[in-house]
Amino acid sequence: MSLLIKNAIIVNADKMEKKPQDILLDKGKIVKIAPSISEKAAKVIDAKNKLVMPGLIDMHVHFRVPGQEYKEDLETGSMSAAKGGFTTVMCMPNTRPVIDNESIVDSVIREAEQIGLVNVIPIGAITRGQKDEELVDIFEMKKAGCLALSDDGKSVVNSHLMRRAMEYAKMADILLIQHCEDPLLSNGGVMNEGETSTLLGLKGDPGISESVIVSRDIELANYLKTKVHFAHMSLKRSVELIRVAKAQGIPVTAEACPHHFTLTDEALKEFDTFAKVNPPLRTPEDIEAIREGLKDGTIDCIVTDHAPHSQEDKEVDIDHAPFGMIGLETSVGLTVTELVKKDVISWTKMVDLMSTAQARIIGLKNKGVIKEGYDADITIIDPDKEWEFKKEDIVSKSKNSPFIGQKLTGQVSWTIYQGKVSYSAEK
Amino acid sequence: MSVWTKKHLLDLKDLSREEIEMVLDTAKSFKEVSARNVKKVPALRGKTIVSLFFENSTRTRASFELAAKRLSADTINLTASASSLSKGETIVDTARNIEAMNVDLIIVRHGSSGVPDILAKHLNASIVNAGDGCRAHPTQALLDMYTIRERLGKIAGLKVAIVGDILHSRVARSNIWGLTKLGAEVTVCGPSTLMPIGIEKMGVKVSYDIDEVIKDCDVLMLLRLQLERQHEKFLPSLREYAKEFGVNAKRLAKAKKNILIMHPGPTNRGVELSAEVADGEHSVILEQVTNGIAVRMAVLYLLLRSK
Amino acid sequence: MPENTKIMDKEAMGRALMRIAHEILEKNKGSQGLCLVGIRTRGVYLAERINACIKSIEGKELPLGILDITLYRDDLTMVDTQPIVKETLIDFDLSDKKVVLIDDVLFTGRTVRAALNALNDFGRPAGIQLAVLIDRGHRELPIRADFVGKNLPTSLDQNVKVVLKDVDDKEDEVYIKNRA
Repeated sequence: MSLLIKNAIIVNADKMEKKPQDILLDKGKIVKIAPSISEKAAKVIDAKNKLVMPGLIDMHVHFRVPGQEYKEDLETGSMSAAKGGFTTVMCMPNTRPVIDNESIVDSVIREAEQIGLVNVIPIGAITRGQKDEELVDIFEMKKAGCLALSDDGKSVVNSHLMRRAMEYAKMADILLIQHCEDPLLSNGGVMNEGETSTLLGLKGDPGISESVIVSRDIELANYLKTKVHFAHMSLKRSVELIRVAKAQGIPVTAEACPHHFTLTDEALKEFDTFAKVNPPLRTPEDIEAIREGLKDGTIDCIVTDHAPHSQEDKEVDIDHAPFGMIGLETSVGLTVTELVKKDVISWTKMVDLMSTAQARIIGLKNKGVIKEGYDADITIIDPDKEWEFKKEDIVSKSKNSPFIGQKLTGQVSWTIYQGKVSYSAEK
Repeated sequence: MSVWTKKHLLDLKDLSREEIEMVLDTAKSFKEVSARNVKKVPALRGKTIVSLFFENSTRTRASFELAAKRLSADTINLTASASSLSKGETIVDTARNIEAMNVDLIIVRHGSSGVPDILAKHLNASIVNAGDGCRAHPTQALLDMYTIRERLGKIAGLKVAIVGDILHSRVARSNIWGLTKLGAEVTVCGPSTLMPIGIEKMGVKVSYDIDEVIKDCDVLMLLRLQLERQHEKFLPSLREYAKEFGVNAKRLAKAKKNILIMHPGPTNRGVELSAEVADGEHSVILEQVTNGIAVRMAVLYLLLRSK
Repeated sequence: MPENTKIMDKEAMGRALMRIAHEILEKNKGSQGLCLVGIRTRGVYLAERINACIKSIEGKELPLGILDITLYRDDLTMVDTQPIVKETLIDFDLSDKKVVLIDDVLFTGRTVRAALNALNDFGRPAGIQLAVLIDRGHRELPIRADFVGKNLPTSLDQNVKVVLKDVDDKEDEVYIKNRA
């Protein structure tokens, strides 16, 4: 079944086309790109006044499968991803049980394929049961389909174990993603430690709990000459450390989430449990540093850390509420509104941050670029559309977003996965 | 300023100077009621008040209960262990169930900051914060201010020092809000490990030397030191704390003649203060307890009789 | 057109209070076991003046208490502004005393009802009598005054104002205010 996109302003990470092109998709591939394609296609999309980008990638989501399907399942998670413009997502292994063996990886991949709305790649744990004690069978995880391993939700705290994981992962050629948090320093903190936590009388998690692990892992990467990827950077100091490391040629990469470049810890002032997230929302200076890091390449990509929690989970006090907020359906809107429209980054940089760079970091072949012969994963956005993020429009099973009611600019019009429309705003 | 419009008492941050003074003025009349032979007035007859305590407290709960009873309100007490919260019900659910019994006011104490605000957002009943996490204990601060005003005749211009575990103290935070609004000069003093980051932003001075502070303050407010802080690595030992920050007769000798020694109770004698200081002429610790009932009567009365 | 009609001037008020003082002493056969309780706000000042009259007659003052009935009112939710609770000051035992309760205007009787309830909480007096400067009628409760300065027939849309120098900083007078 073929699909023809007419009048496409193509935005790749290296170039934004000036003149509209037509794009022909067939059998899951981009077949032809030309100023005007007259061949017949089963379906035609007119992308006039829209921007056509390589399918967006989110290498950091929580789909709660297996074990916590009341928060999210692969179907609702896939729908949410497609609505957010994503064609590939990587889901974190802090599930019940933990994704730490071949059979769980396999079952997640197969179930997601049957749903067929988005390419779901499970991330395996680094340590068995995420217990920070012994390594998973890393080659087995890779063969089962994992492209990365992470103990996300917590750090690999044991420095010796992290060293061995990095050495082994280098041999197996698989990416390690570190959730940077020294639990002895975060010490049960529920929000950023600072003036706001003092005023609210809430237990603070000091930024150093993040930067201490960033710093340690930069040292490990430097010593072992192997790469490591830092999840959800929230802190000015982390950005500074990574900038220096990169300048020295140490092979580290990093990601940041929209909530960390848009919200400060003041979002907790009315004890909104939806704003409780880990790492915590920090200060205006940190937001500024994250934006700067995204702009200058210190931070390689934007991910959502989509973390669904049910109403019952969140309708408790701040101390007992779980960390996390959903993010797939607001990522494009927040990035366009807060970064592109405010001239922090260009459209091409947005494509790099939300697709191309992630394909490169994960090692995804044939994705992240709109080019003949590449996979037919394409996201079409309306760059000027103004819209309000409403609770009733959320397709994720959970509604825990502090952005509900927010007015945003830039909205996904169509998401095309494997040459087929997985989401359309017209319906 | 003769009309009370607030529906809840969550944090002194939310009250104006005039509103705080109105509570204190009203409390004065209620203190007289508590001194009568018949310690009861019919002002809140027919009102139902529930105290919902998720944290143990004998004193605050008793004080609120007597306050409500002296106003002729009907009261029941629920504790977290006895309620159904342990069965996985959310806090909001529990409170909604209580409210469904047509309750007019709920007094809440919870170990986590913000729970009274969450309940106020979801319920129609008035909410009184009887202490939440490390964040606020408004009635304690009001009774402290009442006691100071009764003893010293004013609050504006007084030098008040709050000494001890500021980091974990809701009493300190509420007193800082209230006292600074009423024009007192507040200094917080305690070990650096128990001093929260950015506390100066609340308009207070910070000191780590009680001997310096005690010299010229009018009121010395000592906080209870939770004994587990030592195991949580905040302090080398209680013995050292008592030496560096505890108030004994020798230390007190350097203070002004008419200094007031206050403590929200229960005291750890020999830690925050010596027995002779606790029972000495400057101590108003028991007056604080007496005044607590009058202040809580004033709060319940104002919240329930406002429109 | 709202229009104020003067009912009593300073001199008339003084004569009325002196007469009430005489009547109190007459009815109770002297000042033995007698005490006065003024109802806040204006009743307190009238009680003080009556006490002064009694002193001029008997040579000594009676014990005088101040009663705030805010906490005993049954109409609080109906009034627009919330009355401020003030202190009650009765520093003598009411048991077996003859109490003369004093207020400025007797109208529906609800204030007096509240005052009677409040007095109950201070002990068991031998008897309670009621003195008012103005009785304007329209009782809603079975209450009557023992001593009245002036009976004043009014309609419900009228307002009776007692002005006292000590409170209002204006010459003593009583007037009727007709609502527009």
